[in-house]
Amino acid sequence: MTSRNGRDEFDDLKRAMAVATPAPDAARKAANLAQAQEIFARTQGSLQAARQSSDPSPKKGFLKGAFDMIFTRTTGALTATTALVAVGVLTLSPFGQEILRGPASLVEPGVQEVEPRALDREQLVPSEEIVLDEAAQTAPSMDGDLVDTPDAPVPQTAVPTNRAPEQALTEAEADTAFEAAPRDAGNLLGTLSTGGEQAPAAVPAPGIQQFGTGNSGYVVQDGRIAGIVADPAPAPPLPDTEEYANADDNPVQVVAENPVSTFSSDVDTAAYALLRSTLNRGQLPSPDAVRIEEMLNYFPYDLPAPDADDVSPFRPTVSVFQTPWNPDTQLVHIGIQGELPAIEDRPPLNLVFLVDTSGSMNDPTKLPLLIQSFRLMLDRLNPEDQVAIVTYAGSAGVALEPTSASDTETISAALTALQAGGSTNGVGGLQAAYDLAAEMTGEGEVSRVLLATDGDFNVGISDPDALEDYISDQRETGIYLSVLGFGRGNLQDDTMQALAQNGNGTAAFIDTLHEAQRVLVDQLAGALFPIADDLKIQVEFNPEVIAEYRLIGYETRGLAREDFANDAVDAGELGAGHSVTAIYEVTPVGSPATLVAPLRYAADDGAPETEFANELGFISLRWKEPGEDESTLVDFAIPATPSEPGQDAQFAAAIAGFGQLLRGNDFLGDWGYDEAIALANANRGEDEFGYRQEAVQLMRLAQSLSR
Amino acid sequence: MRMNVSDEDLALAAAGGDGTAFELLLGRVYDRLFALCFRLTGARAEAEDLTQDICLSLPGKLAGYRGDAKVTTWLYRVAVNAATDRRRRAASYARATDGWADVEIDRQKAAEEAADSADWLTRMMAGLSPTLRDTLALVLDDVTHAEAAEILGVTEGTISWRVAEAKKKLRELRELEEEGQ
Repeated sequence: MTSRNGRDEFDDLKRAMAVATPAPDAARKAANLAQAQEIFARTQGSLQAARQSSDPSPKKGFLKGAFDMIFTRTTGALTATTALVAVGVLTLSPFGQEILRGPASLVEPGVQEVEPRALDREQLVPSEEIVLDEAAQTAPSMDGDLVDTPDAPVPQTAVPTNRAPEQALTEAEADTAFEAAPRDAGNLLGTLSTGGEQAPAAVPAPGIQQFGTGNSGYVVQDGRIAGIVADPAPAPPLPDTEEYANADDNPVQVVAENPVSTFSSDVDTAAYALLRSTLNRGQLPSPDAVRIEEMLNYFPYDLPAPDADDVSPFRPTVSVFQTPWNPDTQLVHIGIQGELPAIEDRPPLNLVFLVDTSGSMNDPTKLPLLIQSFRLMLDRLNPEDQVAIVTYAGSAGVALEPTSASDTETISAALTALQAGGSTNGVGGLQAAYDLAAEMTGEGEVSRVLLATDGDFNVGISDPDALEDYISDQRETGIYLSVLGFGRGNLQDDTMQALAQNGNGTAAFIDTLHEAQRVLVDQLAGALFPIADDLKIQVEFNPEVIAEYRLIGYETRGLAREDFANDAVDAGELGAGHSVTAIYEVTPVGSPATLVAPLRYAADDGAPETEFANELGFISLRWKEPGEDESTLVDFAIPATPSEPGQDAQFAAAIAGFGQLLRGNDFLGDWGYDEAIALANANRGEDEFGYRQEAVQLMRLAQSLSR
Repeated sequence: MRMNVSDEDLALAAAGGDGTAFELLLGRVYDRLFALCFRLTGARAEAEDLTQDICLSLPGKLAGYRGDAKVTTWLYRVAVNAATDRRRRAASYARATDGWADVEIDRQKAAEEAADSADWLTRMMAGLSPTLRDTLALVLDDVTHAEAAEILGVTEGTISWRVAEAKKKLRELRELEEEGQ
């Protein structure tokens, strides 16, 4: 019945759609066609003109024309600036020409004539506008210089006459370009004067900024702008390409303006295992693949565990110490250690292995490793625990009905029978697994779906957005989800992240049996038993003591300040015995390392309070008991006096430094791999499992590879 | 005679600089393009603007047409990308946008618009996420799943899943409505 209804719905919609679709407005159609034709003709016209002559004089005409068009046809100074960028690129760099001439994929859709119709003027902050106006005024004087430039453009540059402003406009329309624009202008002015005299930078660089913010950016080579990287039109994910979830580095925040920092806990470790596997293959990981918080959380730390006096199932430990890479700043190390309930007291566990058996899993590092990994885990389960196996390939199927964990023979036989073949039906499998898990869940039991895949979700869930919706719905059922990534080549790291973050779960990447041992056996309790749900961390810094701060890592885990107390907002889970580590780099007031100058008028706004002078900040943690809807709060002050860091904190600092080296951010100054290796080596501690030793080896490897 | 020439040939000729070919091609595809734009945006005014955007960008984009896809497939991809782009821009300028974008956030407005004759349709499409909506816009236009996959740059299976998901969503919406009445 439901399917019949579904069809009706669809047909109704189709009919309604056909009826509702209006005929195009005839006048608009005619106008659009004519305008398009005109643009087409102009494009072709300039092509022809350029072909006819290589005499430099047309270039002057072209440049003048471009400027005239820009200045007479728009009122927006912003347009002028961005057009400047575009013109500079296309005349001075071969790459710029390539872009403007080149593949259409780089030219944005939705471009318009130079009318700034889509530009919302109110979006422009006044101060930016002033800056832009300055740039605009300077612009005409550049005209002459450009024409006399020795490496003048080849005649074909006339081709983009029409496209250049369009692309520039589109760039400007992307929000991020507003930020980038002043810098663009400044750099351009320097670049344009190729005679050698240094043009004054129009705008001081605002703080620490990456060149490519968000969707657009530009490439600088040898101090010259080599090309604008346009926001790629929502490019479809390429097959057989790994995709990573990450964001730009957290920026430096001024405490006076933004004293509160909020983020979600994260106990995933997938990024570390991935970068290890990449380094071991002799390649440096792509900066996007490096998530520093997951590197930090990979290592076991000897943090104090909660005792009977703690209200929370975890114990936070905060220490403040000298930053290894900057003598004028400090690190605030926050460690949260979860309690480890006695294993025998744990509630019965229902595990549904959801195994991707698509053709791509046919690889020694995938399905066979997966089967071995699950076998390792079976020995550690209790007789009351139940195991089921669902496969997805072609059609989803139950490979093993819920079976008591003591019946190892049946389970083992079912695992052995798993074979790779066919294409993937991810969502069918997910549905079947969740249904089965719900069926198995009894009173007081914990159910978890363990999704093992090489990331090739193929059906339905290759799109992180659609997937998130589905998983978020399932989260309500109280069933947890773990995502285990296997193999390399088409691992969809962002999809794994989307799954784990939205499904009350963790993501791990398993590249060796050794890693399987770590994830599935050594940390069985933590990986499978949550002790705190939706753990959120908020730090308020004291502006009297701290001038600036930045959170190292956790770029994908940031929360809005108001989300902290909003129990509807999802956050990370803390497993039994797991620990979460976060590190802030803070600049004390008056330190020479302060990056952002204080505001002139904001300084004296009332009597200075001295009450809290011995507090660096105030930390608040919120969590929910597993399965509960309401969160509990615990908070305490962070003392301002630095302490002698322990080995764990020092090692974590070394790892944070390593991660930043791999991401290539510019906070570290001259501090490099040598220093990171020395620091990590000196703080290896007991290192029972050899993880820290391995980290030092990876640092060495990365150092050699980056030379 | 020229009317017998395929869209693909016209597009290649236009890419090579033939103005007449370009004019012919755009005239041929305009109505379909507009219909798709309407499906993608859900509002007539939005659709007109989007169509205009696309038309004006086509001369530039055609240079990149290599003849390895059907013109309609290629054109639909351009349209979907332009719609996504427009939606993203609209979302960052103002949360309350017209059309079907971001209606999840603005159910209030959707209720007002329900006074329209096409209210049922609007509500149905508004209840879907942009991804599902784009997929549905294509599939309702009798584009095959395989073509839709090519246009959206995903696998055919993904399209099938999205259509199934959209159907499920529609059913839920219908049930909700029936309860509400």
